Amino acid sequence: MSEGFSRPVAGHVPVLRLGDVLLVTLQGDLYDSMAHQLQQDLSETISRSRVTGVVIDISGVEMVDSFLGRVLAEIAAQTELLAARTVVAGMRPAVAITLVELGLTLPGLRTALTTEAAMELLAQPIVPSRAGGVREESP
Amino acid sequence: MHTDAGVEARLPIRSDMDLVWVRQHVRQAAARLGFGLVDQTKLVTAASELARNTLVHGGGGLMEASHVADGGTDGLRLTFSDTGPGIPDLDRALSDGYTSGGGLGMGLGGSRRLVHDFVVESVPGSGTTVRVTSWVSRPPRPREEA
Ligand SMILES: Nc1ncnc2c1ncn2[C@@H]1O[C@H](COP(=O)(O)OP(=O)(O)OP(=O)(O)O)[C@@H](O)[C@H]1O
Ligand SMILES: [Mg+2]
Repeated sequence: MSEGFSRPVAGHVPVLRLGDVLLVTLQGDLYDSMAHQLQQDLSETISRSRVTGVVIDISGVEMVDSFLGRVLAEIAAQTELLAARTVVAGMRPAVAITLVELGLTLPGLRTALTTEAAMELLAQPIVPSRAGGVREESP
Repeated sequence: MHTDAGVEARLPIRSDMDLVWVRQHVRQAAARLGFGLVDQTKLVTAASELARNTLVHGGGGLMEASHVADGGTDGLRLTFSDTGPGIPDLDRALSDGYTSGGGLGMGLGGSRRLVHDFVVESVPGSGTTVRVTSWVSRPPRPREEA
């Protein structure tokens, strides 16, 4: 049986552990219930293990609406309370443009262009501002 | 001329699984009509917001998709209808940040910004219909250099 477009993924979102960091890859179109499940699974995993960071790769996500945007923001807030940091990586340009027009700028969310950049960000010590340990990009 | 197969549809909105089908249909229909990637994404996002409202606030309903044409311009029209409680104060519902539940209150006002035409008809006690239309923007014709 072949379909002209991708089927929604059923079941759980895979969560991979890389050292102190959890890597979550969202792909395709998620059921609301799966996003909620992920949110719950992540806080349980973080509180059980000594994870200091979460990277959520959304490069395979074609759309973020206010529901998924809120789930991402809540995951970030939860991990913060559990002494870890979340970075959302790889948002597609079309998704970013649409989110801003929708009115959802998600100010509390840390982002990176790639998962590699997100891992680097998490490897840096927590600094209150851009000054200090973080090197500025050359202009 | 485009064929309307793959554009015209009536899809039920009864579960979060149906929201996935609505989004996939809108993506496919918009691509077929010639919408660019950013406009496809805007339409899919608006549809997701409106379909979720139909499900959550309207108690379920239906999305109808159709191809509309105005002169040489193709458009996609999406109509979301339910027979739920209706919206008592439309202006308030459309304002950013207003929610009667635990949402962000961005769905209705936000999706209005993502489409070209946006019409809500709501009768308290008998239901809500939201009809949105967007038009395929043609790239501007290159100007003759003077
Ligand atoms: N189909 C509908 N039937 C009844 N009421 C509706 C319907 N759609 C929207 N509303 C009302 O309008 C309000 C605003 O809708 P909007 O989509 O902007 O926010 P929300 O759904 O509450 O939150 P969000 O979409 O950000 O998660 C809703 O809280 C609800 O009271
Ligand atoms: Mg809504």
